[in-house]
Amino acid sequence: MGIILIGERINGSFKDVGRAIQEKTKDVIRDRACKQAKAGAHYLDVNMGAASRDVQDYAWLVKTVAESTHLPLSLDCNKIEHFKVGLEAYREVAGDRPVLINSTTAEDSKLGPLLEMAVQYDASILGVVMDERGSPQDVDRRVELGAKIFGAALEAGIPQDRIILDPIVMPVKFMQDQPKNVLAAIQQLTMLSDPAPHISIGLSNVASKTEERKLINRTFMVMAMAMGLDCAILDVSDADLMASVLTAELLMNKEIYSDGYLKAYQKVIGLAPGA
Amino acid sequence: MIPETKKTWAGKCHTVTLGATAAEGGSRTSLVKIGGASTLPFLHFEGTVSEPKVALEVWDIYPEEWPELLKQSLADADLRDPAKWAARCQDYGADLVCLRLAGCHPERGNRGPADAVAAAKAVLQAVGVPLVVWGTGNADKDNEIFPAVAEALAGENCLLGTITEDNYKTLVAVCTAYKHKLIAESPCDVNMAKQVNILATDMGFPAEDLVIYPTSGALGYGLEYIYSVMERARLAGLKGDRMLAQPFLCDIGIEVWGVKEAKVSEEEVPEWGSQACRAPMWEASTVAAYLQSGADLVILRHPQAIRSVKATIASLMGTPAQA
Repeated sequence: MGIILIGERINGSFKDVGRAIQEKTKDVIRDRACKQAKAGAHYLDVNMGAASRDVQDYAWLVKTVAESTHLPLSLDCNKIEHFKVGLEAYREVAGDRPVLINSTTAEDSKLGPLLEMAVQYDASILGVVMDERGSPQDVDRRVELGAKIFGAALEAGIPQDRIILDPIVMPVKFMQDQPKNVLAAIQQLTMLSDPAPHISIGLSNVASKTEERKLINRTFMVMAMAMGLDCAILDVSDADLMASVLTAELLMNKEIYSDGYLKAYQKVIGLAPGA
Repeated sequence: MIPETKKTWAGKCHTVTLGATAAEGGSRTSLVKIGGASTLPFLHFEGTVSEPKVALEVWDIYPEEWPELLKQSLADADLRDPAKWAARCQDYGADLVCLRLAGCHPERGNRGPADAVAAAKAVLQAVGVPLVVWGTGNADKDNEIFPAVAEALAGENCLLGTITEDNYKTLVAVCTAYKHKLIAESPCDVNMAKQVNILATDMGFPAEDLVIYPTSGALGYGLEYIYSVMERARLAGLKGDRMLAQPFLCDIGIEVWGVKEAKVSEEEVPEWGSQACRAPMWEASTVAAYLQSGADLVILRHPQAIRSVKATIASLMGTPAQA
């Protein structure tokens, strides 16, 4: 598939992962990493959540995940120091395997140092369209901040295909006008350049606290793909979601149709080199 | 600053190795590798370019229906004896010999499995290059002869075919059992090309052991449609679609020698000039186009055509032409 799928399940907010981070039990982490690789993830997101604030715990987690599969990682944290230590740990274990800094915002105090770090460590960077004023609710502000991040990243010397923009998904349950704005923002962000920049969302946010999480997730995912989304952080173990993603790729003429396309894909991902 | 225009692809085409030397348990003196490209044809600056290979065609019976000129061009080969004919093909520079079991077709002799095996064994013994064995195209007949042929050629790692969407189970089973490679046929249809590969792999056959035959058309007879299908399939393969990352086989001789540009004599159409010059040129020109769309293995008939095609390949590969 052409779309970049980032597996979301290595996150300290999940109870078993949180406990594994605190107790340093590698097996739990390794199991999560391998399962996501087998399910077709292209990247694995690595986030400690609230399980720990210790930067050394993050280094341990990054190394553990990097050792578990051949997949590139998405280092998901907030603090610049955590990125630095995480990237060092990653390069130690994974060599020159690709890596994603997830994420910067448009705030100058964060954007500058993280772009510099992306150049230094040969990393891709994901920019979330928020700044010191918080997350924008409207389309225009999303696009404006996206353009700022995109321009700054290019100027810093990051190749275009390593820049990913995230227009911020908000829960439909609490902010029902927002999903529509995100879709419009995706479409406008694709016009920033030709070829378009990569655009990603944290999919699961849209269905947060709802009763029909999976249905909402996969419906929004295909709508976003129709607008030009080509990357997402999501639950790759959700088979219906993955089937919908593949089918959307097909309907957008990015995959070649055959009667057995779904079966073939499901077989192939089980044999993926990352698995 | 001049922007970087080099393209890198996520995927790579499968490499299919044909033949087996004594070391691999066979009797071939040479192996042939087809496929393995990591970029579009002949873009040497971007990645690995696979060198296209050339097979010459041999029939199990005298090819009565071939144009006189073609038969004359092969006068020093004994067209009534597949073994001697095959040996000459090797002299002409063929990387492989393709034995077409034309005489087994129900409407062209209806020879049985024993005859097919005899022809295959004779050709095998006559040459050191790897073999392609092409059936009749009649599903029932192919299913009758291939189990015996595949067994007789066991250990030689041949390329057998063809399988289609409607008829693949027998051939997939015998090629699995006797370890041969398979030609997957789909009529000018990229979706079906993918589907046939999926069907074969669904039976446990390795995707890396398949060769796509998207059918072929002579220059002036639908070549451009096949060209586009191959182009589209190859782009998908390079993007990472394993079910379209197989090498392509183009069956050229059979197409070209059926069209009037090759068959008609100078007496009939004086303004077209010498048939002896025009016909093999039509065959070689057709191949030249297919090479650009990613052909990895082409099957030819005329000795002059293979010389010309080999020179074209050498120049595209940047290697000096063989004398």
